Amino acid sequence: MTELLKKMLRDMLLARAFEERAAEEYAKGNIGGFLHLYPGEEAVGVGVLHAAEPADYVVSTYREHVHALVRGVPPGAVMAELFGRKNGCSGGMGGSMHLFDRERRFMGGYAIVGETFPVAIGIAYAIALRELPEAVICFFGDGAVNQGTFHESLNMAALWRLPVLFVCENNHYQIGTEIHRHSALPEVYKRACAYRIPARRIDGMDVLAVYHAAHEALAQVRAGNGPQLLEFETYRFRGHSMADSGNYRPRVEVQAYERNEDPLDVAIAEAAMDYPAVAQLTGDHIGRFTEQLGEDGHLNAEALETMKAEVAAEVEAAVAFAENSPEPAMEDARAALDCNRHGEVLL
Amino acid sequence: MKNDACLYWQALNRALDAELAADDDVIVLGEDVGLYGGSYRVTEGLYARYGEWRVRDTPISEGSFTGLGVGAALVGLRPVVEIMTINFALLALDAIINMAAKIPFMSGGQFPMPLVVRMPGGVARQLAAQHSQRLEQTLMNVPGLRIAVPATPQDAWWQLRQAIRGDEPIVVLEHELLYFSKGPLDEAAEAPPMHRAAVCRAGTDLTIVTYSRMRELSLRAAARLAEQGISAEVIDLRSLRPIDWETCITSLRKTHRLLVVEEDSRFAGAGAEVVATLAERAFFTLDQPPRRVAGEELPIAYNARLEAASIPSVPSIVTAAREICGQQPPEEES
Repeated sequence: MTELLKKMLRDMLLARAFEERAAEEYAKGNIGGFLHLYPGEEAVGVGVLHAAEPADYVVSTYREHVHALVRGVPPGAVMAELFGRKNGCSGGMGGSMHLFDRERRFMGGYAIVGETFPVAIGIAYAIALRELPEAVICFFGDGAVNQGTFHESLNMAALWRLPVLFVCENNHYQIGTEIHRHSALPEVYKRACAYRIPARRIDGMDVLAVYHAAHEALAQVRAGNGPQLLEFETYRFRGHSMADSGNYRPRVEVQAYERNEDPLDVAIAEAAMDYPAVAQLTGDHIGRFTEQLGEDGHLNAEALETMKAEVAAEVEAAVAFAENSPEPAMEDARAALDCNRHGEVLL
Repeated sequence: MKNDACLYWQALNRALDAELAADDDVIVLGEDVGLYGGSYRVTEGLYARYGEWRVRDTPISEGSFTGLGVGAALVGLRPVVEIMTINFALLALDAIINMAAKIPFMSGGQFPMPLVVRMPGGVARQLAAQHSQRLEQTLMNVPGLRIAVPATPQDAWWQLRQAIRGDEPIVVLEHELLYFSKGPLDEAAEAPPMHRAAVCRAGTDLTIVTYSRMRELSLRAAARLAEQGISAEVIDLRSLRPIDWETCITSLRKTHRLLVVEEDSRFAGAGAEVVATLAERAFFTLDQPPRRVAGEELPIAYNARLEAASIPSVPSIVTAAREICGQQPPEEES
């Protein structure tokens, strides 16, 4: 477990560093358009995707940089896509909201809320038809559950027992509207019972809890027992996108989450919990970590600093890769559109 | 197989059957396509032959089952989605426009999209405004989509099979009044390219460019015009995206007059694109300003007389053709 936790912690650190750097590059003008960042929600993407097999498919939203990174898309290819460059994972045609990586079964970021459901059940339909032991992981936010596609797709998924794990990243806000103001039933997981889909609500700030829940659910899904839904309660530290100051949320609320619920601190604490110590009883995650792990020699402060330095270097290299990648040309755009013609004579 | 009097729906049915048999990745899905056999019998018999996983009855969820087709196409299935009528396709436009047409592009060319969406459109018989729509212009304006508009059983057979074999998102726009029309079908005949227009009657005085059900009306008008000494060439576009401009221009070089006949409403309709592009590309070959015979700027009324008066008819095509050729409408036309 310690090895897994270390890997997950490293991914979370990379996620945080990557996104913070993306914000800087946006401010510098290197990234345009809409940029939706993930800080605060790292435990969800990291925990779920570490429970996934390489043969599983991932369908994601427009807040998907970290999903792509954890899935193994090289940070340089993600950053180059944010920069709109040719070596980006979508060739510069997709941008921040449309990351795709066929080889890693990363089936795209979708920027219309609620689109991930039908795409996911379509992939799952193909898996079921071919009788393969694979699963589709379908990410969505709390705002997406009021779209028709949520209900339509959950119905079909349950009706035909399709292998989908529906993963709700409930950060409590659909852009600026808090969940109690957009949903008659604010507990997302309870909606699944209308379609007889097993569902649970999990602390989405606790990467180990996320991992275990996803691991268990995916085993059920792959075994052919039909879809499952997991609701992870989480929080985004930033606004909805870079264009959003997030001033509809009380500052004290944001600060409380940042101080007490930062999933990185929780993960660090959990790494420590494998080696129980008196310090475990204190409430301060970071303090607990530093006091305790210094003694056990597995994940000490020095190791953590090394990890942070490594991810910082990785992000630096990603930015350099993006900067050095050429701009795509109009021929590249036309080639992307006509990619499937295989020389077919149309006229 | 050769058949001199095949129904249009039967040709579509045979095309689906042939492709389902040829390729295990082909699936058919939509409302009542399975056990029921399809609202217009197009999928009759396929459920029994291929089973429920390949011929799937769906709930009434156009947005999501069309999107399901998109997802399935991403991983190599070749779904043929039937939307019961084009009117319901408005609920599936996100899947068609935002997803199917854009994913291959947005992914930088990583994903094929072998998706076919079939739907009947057009004005049938007193189905009222919500069931009498012509939305071809809505889809024509979407880069990344291809649109076939077969008007005969032979084209239905050819173009549906080509669409299923294509790796791009293709809309096959059928017509409710064509399903029970008859025509020859030669299954062994070699297909022309999917989007090539067909000159279905040769003539020298004017070119009538049309598509779908208006092909039949235009041919009847051309026969009447011939009796009146006017030789009309009739071109069936067969496709609305892309459009075969060369066939049209070749014809205009001969006739120097252009009449477009379309069932959809005139404003920003399919004919507007045809006229605009041909004016840009063949202006100096034209002796007269181009004309359109098109639907009225009205939703379609339930009342049968008003319904008929809202779309082109053989007399209205004849009148416009005579005018463009500098002749008054004959007395008997009204």
